[in-house]
Amino acid sequence: MNCTEFVELVTAFLDGALPEEDEHRVTEHLSGCDGCTTYLAQFRTTVDQLGHLPEDDVLALPATTRDNLMAAFRRKGV
Amino acid sequence: MVTDDELVTSLLAGDEACFAQVVDAWSPGMLRVARAFVATQESAAEVVQDAWLAVIEGIDRFESRSSLKTWVYRILVNTAKRRGTRESKVLPWSSVVPDSGPTVDPADFQGQGEPYPGHWRAFPQPWPTPEQHTLTRETAAHLRAAVDRLPERQRVVLVLRDVEGYEAEEVCSILEITPANQRVLLHRARTSVRQELAGYFESTEVTR
Repeated sequence: MNCTEFVELVTAFLDGALPEEDEHRVTEHLSGCDGCTTYLAQFRTTVDQLGHLPEDDVLALPATTRDNLMAAFRRKGV
Repeated sequence: MVTDDELVTSLLAGDEACFAQVVDAWSPGMLRVARAFVATQESAAEVVQDAWLAVIEGIDRFESRSSLKTWVYRILVNTAKRRGTRESKVLPWSSVVPDSGPTVDPADFQGQGEPYPGHWRAFPQPWPTPEQHTLTRETAAHLRAAVDRLPERQRVVLVLRDVEGYEAEEVCSILEITPANQRVLLHRARTSVRQELAGYFESTEVTR
Protein backbone atom coordinates (compact mmCIF):
# COMPACT_ATOMS: atom_id res chain seq x y z
CA MET A 1 0.00 0.00 0.00
CA ASN A 2 1.16 3.52 -0.65
CA CYS A 3 0.10 6.77 1.00
CA THR A 4 -2.33 7.84 -1.73
CA GLU A 5 -4.31 4.66 -1.16
CA PHE A 6 -4.10 4.95 2.63
CA VAL A 7 -5.62 8.45 2.79
CA GLU A 8 -8.74 7.21 0.98
CA LEU A 9 -9.32 4.39 3.47
CA VAL A 10 -9.09 6.28 6.76
CA THR A 11 -12.82 6.65 7.44
CA ALA A 12 -13.55 3.03 6.53
CA PHE A 13 -10.59 2.00 8.72
CA LEU A 14 -11.86 4.04 11.70
CA ASP A 15 -15.37 2.59 11.22
CA GLY A 16 -13.92 -0.92 11.24
CA ALA A 17 -15.57 -1.37 7.85
CA LEU A 18 -12.58 -2.64 5.89
CA PRO A 19 -12.29 -6.25 4.78
CA GLU A 20 -9.79 -8.06 6.99
CA GLU A 21 -7.14 -8.16 4.28
CA ASP A 22 -7.31 -4.40 3.65
CA GLU A 23 -7.26 -3.69 7.36
CA HIS A 24 -4.11 -5.74 7.62
CA ARG A 25 -2.53 -3.81 4.74
CA VAL A 26 -3.45 -0.53 6.42
CA THR A 27 -1.88 -1.44 9.75
CA GLU A 28 1.18 -2.77 7.96
CA HIS A 29 1.52 0.50 6.05
CA LEU A 30 1.07 2.54 9.23
CA SER A 31 3.79 0.60 11.00
CA GLY A 32 6.30 1.85 8.44
CA CYS A 33 5.00 5.32 7.56
CA ASP A 34 5.35 8.29 9.91
CA GLY A 35 3.53 10.61 7.49
CA CYS A 36 0.38 8.48 7.46
CA THR A 37 0.60 7.90 11.22
CA THR A 38 0.54 11.68 11.67
CA TYR A 39 -2.26 11.98 9.10
CA LEU A 40 -4.37 9.39 10.92
CA ALA A 41 -3.81 11.13 14.26
CA GLN A 42 -4.85 14.47 12.77
CA PHE A 43 -7.91 12.86 11.20
CA ARG A 44 -8.87 11.48 14.62
CA THR A 45 -8.25 14.88 16.24
CA THR A 46 -10.49 16.52 13.64
CA VAL A 47 -13.33 14.10 14.32
CA ASP A 48 -12.86 14.45 18.07
CA GLN A 49 -12.91 18.24 17.92
CA LEU A 50 -16.06 18.24 15.79
CA GLY A 51 -17.71 16.33 18.62
CA HIS A 52 -16.69 19.02 21.10
CA LEU A 53 -17.67 22.16 19.23
CA PRO A 54 -19.11 24.65 21.67
CA GLU A 55 -22.54 25.98 20.75
CA ASP A 56 -22.40 29.19 18.76
CA ASP A 57 -26.10 29.94 18.73
CA VAL A 58 -28.77 29.62 21.33
CA LEU A 59 -29.93 26.14 20.56
CA ALA A 60 -33.46 26.31 21.80
CA LEU A 61 -36.66 26.89 19.89
CA PRO A 62 -38.02 30.42 20.19
CA ALA A 63 -40.70 30.54 22.89
CA THR A 64 -43.41 31.43 20.36
CA THR A 65 -42.50 28.41 18.22
CA ARG A 66 -42.69 26.17 21.25
CA ASP A 67 -46.10 27.66 22.16
CA ASN A 68 -47.34 27.06 18.60
CA LEU A 69 -46.27 23.45 18.79
CA MET A 70 -47.94 22.88 22.14
CA ALA A 71 -51.13 24.45 20.76
CA ALA A 72 -51.01 22.25 17.67
CA PHE A 73 -50.48 19.18 19.83
CA ARG A 74 -53.46 20.14 21.99
CA ARG A 75 -55.68 20.64 18.93
CA LYS A 76 -54.70 17.28 17.53
CA GLY A 77 -55.46 15.62 20.85
CA VAL A 78 -59.07 16.85 20.89
CA MET B 1 -35.43 5.34 30.31
CA VAL B 2 -38.79 5.52 28.56
CA THR B 3 -39.21 3.10 25.67
CA ASP B 4 -40.44 4.19 22.27
CA ASP B 5 -43.66 2.24 22.77
CA GLU B 6 -44.42 4.08 26.01
CA LEU B 7 -43.52 7.39 24.40
CA VAL B 8 -45.78 6.82 21.41
CA THR B 9 -48.62 5.64 23.64
CA SER B 10 -48.34 8.81 25.75
CA LEU B 11 -48.19 11.03 22.68
CA LEU B 12 -51.20 9.34 21.10
CA ALA B 13 -53.06 9.80 24.38
CA GLY B 14 -52.41 13.54 24.13
CA ASP B 15 -49.97 13.71 27.06
CA GLU B 16 -48.81 17.33 26.79
CA ALA B 17 -46.04 17.08 29.38
CA CYS B 18 -44.58 14.16 27.48
CA PHE B 19 -44.70 16.07 24.19
CA ALA B 20 -43.08 19.14 25.79
CA GLN B 21 -40.33 16.94 27.18
CA VAL B 22 -39.55 15.37 23.83
CA VAL B 23 -39.63 18.73 22.05
CA ASP B 24 -37.24 20.25 24.58
CA ALA B 25 -34.90 17.29 24.53
CA TRP B 26 -34.65 16.79 20.77
CA SER B 27 -35.00 20.29 19.32
CA PRO B 28 -31.40 21.46 20.00
CA GLY B 29 -29.96 18.59 17.98
CA MET B 30 -32.63 19.05 15.32
CA LEU B 31 -31.73 22.73 15.03
CA ARG B 32 -28.09 21.83 14.43
CA VAL B 33 -29.05 19.37 11.71
CA ALA B 34 -31.53 21.80 10.12
CA ARG B 35 -28.82 24.46 10.17
CA ALA B 36 -26.74 22.20 7.94
CA PHE B 37 -29.40 22.66 5.23
CA VAL B 38 -30.54 26.25 5.54
CA ALA B 39 -28.73 29.55 5.69
CA THR B 40 -30.02 31.12 8.87
CA GLN B 41 -30.90 30.20 12.41
CA GLU B 42 -34.41 31.58 11.82
CA SER B 43 -34.96 29.27 8.86
CA ALA B 44 -33.63 26.37 10.90
CA ALA B 45 -36.17 27.10 13.64
CA GLU B 46 -38.94 27.16 11.04
CA VAL B 47 -37.77 23.84 9.62
CA VAL B 48 -37.80 22.29 13.09
CA GLN B 49 -41.26 23.73 13.74
CA ASP B 50 -42.61 22.32 10.46
CA ALA B 51 -41.02 18.97 11.22
CA TRP B 52 -42.69 18.81 14.64
CA LEU B 53 -46.04 19.76 13.07
CA ALA B 54 -45.60 16.89 10.61
CA VAL B 55 -44.76 14.61 13.53
CA ILE B 56 -47.96 15.66 15.34
CA GLU B 57 -49.97 14.96 12.19
CA GLY B 58 -48.27 11.65 11.47
CA ILE B 59 -47.60 10.13 14.88
CA ASP B 60 -50.54 7.74 14.58
CA ARG B 61 -48.92 6.35 11.44
CA PHE B 62 -45.58 5.67 13.16
CA GLU B 63 -44.55 2.05 12.80
CA SER B 64 -41.72 0.81 14.95
CA ARG B 65 -39.53 -0.14 12.01
CA SER B 66 -37.03 2.44 13.22
CA SER B 67 -36.66 4.21 16.54
CA LEU B 68 -39.03 7.12 17.13
CA LYS B 69 -36.09 9.53 17.09
CA THR B 70 -34.81 8.23 13.76
CA TRP B 71 -38.31 8.58 12.35
CA VAL B 72 -38.57 12.17 13.64
CA TYR B 73 -35.14 12.98 12.18
CA ARG B 74 -36.15 11.54 8.82
CA ILE B 75 -39.15 13.88 8.79
CA LEU B 76 -36.84 16.72 9.78
CA VAL B 77 -34.40 15.95 6.97
CA ASN B 78 -37.16 15.75 4.38
CA THR B 79 -38.61 19.04 5.59
CA ALA B 80 -35.17 20.65 5.53
CA LYS B 81 -34.36 19.26 2.07
CA ARG B 82 -37.44 20.87 0.59
CA ARG B 83 -36.72 24.12 2.37
CA GLY B 84 -32.97 24.04 1.61
CA THR B 85 -33.60 23.45 -2.06
CA ARG B 86 -36.01 26.36 -2.19
CA GLU B 87 -33.49 28.67 -0.59
CA SER B 88 -30.38 27.81 -2.52
CA LYS B 89 -31.76 26.47 -5.81
CA VAL B 90 -29.40 23.54 -5.69
CA LEU B 91 -29.99 20.21 -7.33
CA PRO B 92 -32.13 17.80 -5.35
CA TRP B 93 -30.09 15.42 -3.23
CA SER B 94 -30.92 12.29 -5.11
CA SER B 95 -29.72 13.68 -8.42
CA VAL B 96 -26.23 14.48 -7.23
CA VAL B 97 -23.70 11.74 -7.76
CA PRO B 98 -21.07 11.86 -5.02
CA ASP B 99 -17.81 13.31 -6.24
CA SER B 100 -15.27 10.79 -7.25
CA GLY B 101 -11.54 11.19 -7.57
CA PRO B 102 -8.92 11.60 -4.89
CA THR B 103 -9.88 13.45 -1.70
CA VAL B 104 -6.34 14.65 -0.97
CA ASP B 105 -4.54 16.89 -3.47
CA PRO B 106 -2.42 14.58 -5.67
CA ALA B 107 0.32 17.24 -5.55
CA ASP B 108 0.88 16.28 -1.90
CA PHE B 109 2.28 12.97 -3.11
CA GLN B 110 5.29 12.08 -5.22
CA GLY B 111 4.61 11.31 -8.84
CA GLN B 112 6.05 8.83 -11.28
CA GLY B 113 9.77 9.43 -11.75
CA GLU B 114 10.25 10.55 -8.18
CA PRO B 115 11.91 8.27 -5.63
CA TYR B 116 8.69 7.11 -3.91
CA PRO B 117 5.66 7.47 -6.20
CA GLY B 118 2.40 7.59 -4.22
CA HIS B 119 4.13 8.56 -0.99
CA TRP B 120 4.05 11.88 0.81
CA ARG B 121 6.12 14.60 -0.81
CA ALA B 122 6.41 16.18 2.62
CA PHE B 123 4.92 14.64 5.75
CA PRO B 124 1.90 16.41 7.20
CA GLN B 125 3.23 19.02 9.61
CA PRO B 126 2.58 18.22 13.25
CA TRP B 127 -0.20 20.19 14.92
CA PRO B 128 0.04 21.92 18.26
CA THR B 129 -1.20 19.51 20.90
CA PRO B 130 -3.79 21.21 23.06
CA GLU B 131 -5.21 19.58 26.14
CA GLN B 132 -7.52 16.89 24.90
CA HIS B 133 -11.09 18.04 24.27
CA THR B 134 -10.24 21.70 24.68
CA LEU B 135 -10.67 23.90 21.67
CA THR B 136 -9.57 27.47 21.59
CA ARG B 137 -12.26 29.88 20.56
CA GLU B 138 -10.32 30.63 17.38
CA THR B 139 -9.85 27.00 16.42
CA ALA B 140 -13.54 26.37 17.01
CA ALA B 141 -14.42 29.28 14.73
CA HIS B 142 -12.20 27.89 11.97
CA LEU B 143 -13.66 24.44 12.43
CA ARG B 144 -17.19 25.78 12.16
CA ALA B 145 -16.34 27.82 9.08
CA ALA B 146 -14.81 24.74 7.47
CA VAL B 147 -18.02 22.81 8.12
CA ASP B 148 -20.10 25.65 6.65
CA ARG B 149 -18.08 25.58 3.43
CA LEU B 150 -18.71 21.87 2.79
CA PRO B 151 -21.16 20.87 0.06
CA GLU B 152 -24.58 20.24 1.59
CA ARG B 153 -24.67 16.45 1.51
CA GLN B 154 -21.20 16.18 3.01
CA ARG B 155 -22.06 18.73 5.67
CA VAL B 156 -25.25 16.97 6.71
CA VAL B 157 -23.56 13.58 7.01
CA LEU B 158 -20.65 15.08 8.95
CA VAL B 159 -22.95 16.96 11.33
CA LEU B 160 -24.99 13.83 12.03
CA ARG B 161 -21.98 11.56 12.48
CA ASP B 162 -19.31 13.71 14.07
CA VAL B 163 -21.13 16.65 15.68
CA GLU B 164 -24.30 14.84 16.76
CA GLY B 165 -22.62 11.48 17.26
CA TYR B 166 -24.97 9.18 15.37
CA GLU B 167 -23.79 5.76 14.26
CA ALA B 168 -23.26 5.08 10.56
CA GLU B 169 -26.32 2.83 10.46
CA GLU B 170 -28.60 5.50 11.95
CA VAL B 171 -27.35 8.13 9.53
CA CYS B 172 -28.11 5.82 6.60
CA SER B 173 -31.58 5.28 7.98
CA ILE B 174 -32.26 8.99 8.59
CA LEU B 175 -30.95 10.11 5.19
CA GLU B 176 -32.06 6.98 3.32
CA ILE B 177 -28.68 6.49 1.71
CA THR B 178 -26.51 3.40 1.35
CA PRO B 179 -23.64 2.66 3.76
CA ALA B 180 -21.14 3.08 0.93
CA ASN B 181 -22.57 6.49 0.03
CA GLN B 182 -22.60 7.56 3.65
CA ARG B 183 -18.94 6.66 4.03
CA VAL B 184 -17.86 8.43 0.83
CA LEU B 185 -19.64 11.63 1.87
CA LEU B 186 -18.29 11.48 5.41
CA HIS B 187 -14.77 10.76 4.25
CA ARG B 188 -14.71 13.64 1.79
CA ALA B 189 -16.13 15.96 4.44
CA ARG B 190 -13.62 14.93 7.11
CA THR B 191 -10.74 15.18 4.67
CA SER B 192 -11.70 18.75 3.72
CA VAL B 193 -12.10 19.79 7.34
CA ARG B 194 -8.74 18.25 8.32
CA GLN B 195 -7.15 20.04 5.39
CA GLU B 196 -8.59 23.38 6.48
CA LEU B 197 -7.44 22.85 10.06
CA ALA B 198 -3.98 21.95 8.78
CA GLY B 199 -3.87 25.15 6.76
CA TYR B 200 -4.95 27.14 9.77
CA PHE B 201 -2.36 25.59 12.09
CA GLU B 202 0.40 26.07 9.52
CA SER B 203 -0.48 29.73 8.97
CA THR B 204 -0.52 30.46 12.70
CA GLU B 205 2.81 28.66 13.00
CA VAL B 206 4.28 30.92 10.34
CA THR B 207 3.08 34.19 11.85
CA ARG B 208 4.15 33.28 15.36
